[in-house]
Amino acid sequence: MRVSVTPEIVAAHGLKPDEYAHILRVLNREPNLTELGIFSAMWNEHCSYKSSRVWLRTMPTTGPQVVCGPGENAGVVDIGDGQVAIFKMESHNHPSFIEPYQGAATGVGGIMRDVFTMGARPVANLNALRFGAPDHARTRHLVYGVVAGIGGYGNCIGVPTVGGEVNFDAGYNGNILVNAMCIGIADASKVFYSTASGIGNPVVYVGSKTGRDGIHGASMASAEFDENSEEKRPTVQVGDPFTEKLLLEACLELMAGDAVIAIQDMGAAGLTCSAVEMASKGGLGLLLDLDKVPCREAGMTAYEMMLSESQERMLMVLHPDRTDAARAIFERWELDFAIVGETTDTGRFIIRHQGETVADLPVDVLAEQAPVYQRPWTPTPPAPYLPAKEIPDTDDLGATLARLMGGPHLASRRWIWEQYDHMVMGDTIQRPGGDAAVVRVHNSRKGIAATTDVTPRYCAAAPKEGGKQAIAEAFRNLCAVGAKPLAVTDCLNFGNPERPEIMGQFVGCIEGISEACIALDMPIVSGNVSLYNETSGVAIPPTPAIGAIGLLADVDKMATVAFKQDGDEIFVIGETQGHLGQSLYAREIAGRKDGAPPPVDLAAERRNGDFIRSQIIAGNVAAAHDISDGGLLVAIAEMALAGGLGCMLSLPRNAGPRHGFLFGEDQARYIACVSPQKAQAMIAAAQEKNVPVTRFGSVAGRDIVLDGKLVHSVAGLRSAHENWFPAYMEG
Amino acid sequence: MKSCVIVFPGSNCDRDVAVAIEASSGTAPLMVWHGETALPACDLIVLPGGFSYGDYLRSGAMAARAPIMRAVLAKAASGTPVLGLCNGFQIMTEAGMLPGALMRNAGLKFICRDVFLKVENTDNIFNRRYASGQVVRFPISHHDGNYFTDAATLDRLESTGRIAFRYCAPDGAVNASANPNGSLNNIAGILNAAGNVLGMMPHPERLIAPELGGSDGRAMFDALASLLQCA
Repeated sequence: MRVSVTPEIVAAHGLKPDEYAHILRVLNREPNLTELGIFSAMWNEHCSYKSSRVWLRTMPTTGPQVVCGPGENAGVVDIGDGQVAIFKMESHNHPSFIEPYQGAATGVGGIMRDVFTMGARPVANLNALRFGAPDHARTRHLVYGVVAGIGGYGNCIGVPTVGGEVNFDAGYNGNILVNAMCIGIADASKVFYSTASGIGNPVVYVGSKTGRDGIHGASMASAEFDENSEEKRPTVQVGDPFTEKLLLEACLELMAGDAVIAIQDMGAAGLTCSAVEMASKGGLGLLLDLDKVPCREAGMTAYEMMLSESQERMLMVLHPDRTDAARAIFERWELDFAIVGETTDTGRFIIRHQGETVADLPVDVLAEQAPVYQRPWTPTPPAPYLPAKEIPDTDDLGATLARLMGGPHLASRRWIWEQYDHMVMGDTIQRPGGDAAVVRVHNSRKGIAATTDVTPRYCAAAPKEGGKQAIAEAFRNLCAVGAKPLAVTDCLNFGNPERPEIMGQFVGCIEGISEACIALDMPIVSGNVSLYNETSGVAIPPTPAIGAIGLLADVDKMATVAFKQDGDEIFVIGETQGHLGQSLYAREIAGRKDGAPPPVDLAAERRNGDFIRSQIIAGNVAAAHDISDGGLLVAIAEMALAGGLGCMLSLPRNAGPRHGFLFGEDQARYIACVSPQKAQAMIAAAQEKNVPVTRFGSVAGRDIVLDGKLVHSVAGLRSAHENWFPAYMEG
Repeated sequence: MKSCVIVFPGSNCDRDVAVAIEASSGTAPLMVWHGETALPACDLIVLPGGFSYGDYLRSGAMAARAPIMRAVLAKAASGTPVLGLCNGFQIMTEAGMLPGALMRNAGLKFICRDVFLKVENTDNIFNRRYASGQVVRFPISHHDGNYFTDAATLDRLESTGRIAFRYCAPDGAVNASANPNGSLNNIAGILNAAGNVLGMMPHPERLIAPELGGSDGRAMFDALASLLQCA
């Protein structure tokens, strides 16, 4: 089939006229349609990072704990004892909006493949989800589908889904965000990379057959939506978790030996991207014979095969004398195994199909000469400080607390996480609902703590502070369970980067994230960028979702949020100034959406986080909780609900405005519960480290009581907190 | 104790139950591939949880016809204890080892959470370390756990003491609000007529140590280990 490439065809492939001119220049001829498709797959925003690359390069990615930073399938960090944690978070936003079940399911499948491609057994999944306003017509349907899709995939493959976060905001009405994170554990000596080597080594295709699904998925994910986005449904892939489970076991069995030279999963842009990346990293050429590719249906064209995003497929370069043994493993798992090509020294990506050469392209141009844009950007105008006195205090504290705890932002997410198997694999030490999930490293006392965080309303008001805060909150969530933060994966979700104000949000967030990562010793080791999250010209709030992991040396030295027993004293760690700007109180109770978000003092974050962790490890802390969305009183209420116990609180003398103290979202703070016997030791340690500690009350009874007055019964709060989600979904 | 855990394509709680067996007995079980046709001499066979064959078609339906199942049925008939957990229970009903069927949960959603169970029959090798009427806490994690059978079979199960566990409230009350999936008579697990085959939807292997959030499941594996070691 010979189709001549017209400007319309170029535009339909998402390539700009100047990008096409560049292709003509480097090829010195017109590409054919298959070649154009390959360029479009490699050079779209999703695969090439062309708008973000110059900024991503500025981020901190190194540290003594980092074994492998960005650029591979996932990041690798040292967790001691000859073991590594391998993890990454990735977006599946566009497909999930079009087809929520399959979009979310294949997002989970894709991120798990990224992790086991590198030789790790996945041990935990998390997710960060953003939906439109609860009253928007599509929201309920999308929540239902996304949650079922995540559960459907993760439950079947048997990897626990242990944590995550969910926001509702009208800013996501037209573009939901589905960010999936996976963590795996491997032996440090058994990590696999995607760099091909050797000439004439077999290129092997394993897993599912190639079908016509997902063609142009990555290009679709690099464009805005409009009112016709429903028509893009055929670009969404369909997941098969059962096949992925077989692929996981077969790959890990193969990797236990020494057959694998390089391996790359077929994710975005499928066969094209995986083949080009392996060849490019090895400085090699690669020959593919498409007649050998296992296909689901007859008559597929080279163009379709090269752009299919059928799931559960891997491409590997094997040692030639291990090929038969490898084939036996995959056949035992009833998976396709086909030698589809070989490595060459030509530096060219040559594709044969039905006796003809259907593409002949230089590897380095495809992989490394993708356009890189220095997009113009304008900084977000600074938001003015909003003093507490401009916002009225509440005259009914109990009702206000119940409204916050029983509203879409803070209501229990149990409806979601009970649909996820969060216990399979038998190592879940801290289940969903706390500050961070904790999974034990199998056959050890060590634990991996994990969390996902970002506060988009902060990022929208002040991108740099918001970026800092996302890292700071992840840091706090890890410290609050007693873990030492290790490293970060990020999923940078923004609107159209061709608009300077969107690019300004992106730049601001990156600057804030970088500054915080350096200050808190949490380098970025993996991640992805999702741009063009816009529908009909309306962008999502800037949402740089952060996934972070930490290490517990001993899972017995771990804290949870639950109040433990009557008489334990309650302390606020860190300084409270009563900052209400961009707080949930200001937005939900007072209707004020203006104002600057709370400033982030990274030195204080570090000091206070190191302090709470050391106190947990020392055994001084009965319960700990980071203070974030909703402020101090909300954090107290969450601890009361988790423990089924009440408390007697008293406002400190120098508290300032009451609503500022109770609902302000000042950063770098925790609540620590300490038994009376240990309180003195904790206070002394805090003084020594210059950490502010304020006594706020003690655990007592079954009600939350402030200055002798009932705020709310724990039981009543529980119904408000637990009922919102099921009632909403039954709608 | 010599035990075998059958591994089907898509089993995913096989390692979890192997850990529980080893913790109680000191000996790791033999993992037996579904494509085998014979079983070694053994004192216990486990059909583990998971999604055998992806639960495509019907939960447990394809695994029930795996080559190894003929040997499992023969061992069960000759009195070897066989424990089916979650997907293993579904496979047992599909294979005709136990009566009834596990339908989609009444709420139509997958449910993963701890539930309370009333131990009914304790006169069997699985439950002998529990007291009759004791309330235990095990997790469930399934989409298809809604036990159903015809009235005559239900009557027979009830009248011959073949109910092993029932979903209940924390105080032991067996009522509709404590029933997570719509199972008839709150049935969570049943025995065969000889008492050597137990199928149950909850996962005792998931709560075998305090750091996991509870250890009520441990007694089942301890009972099996001690009994089989004496044998």
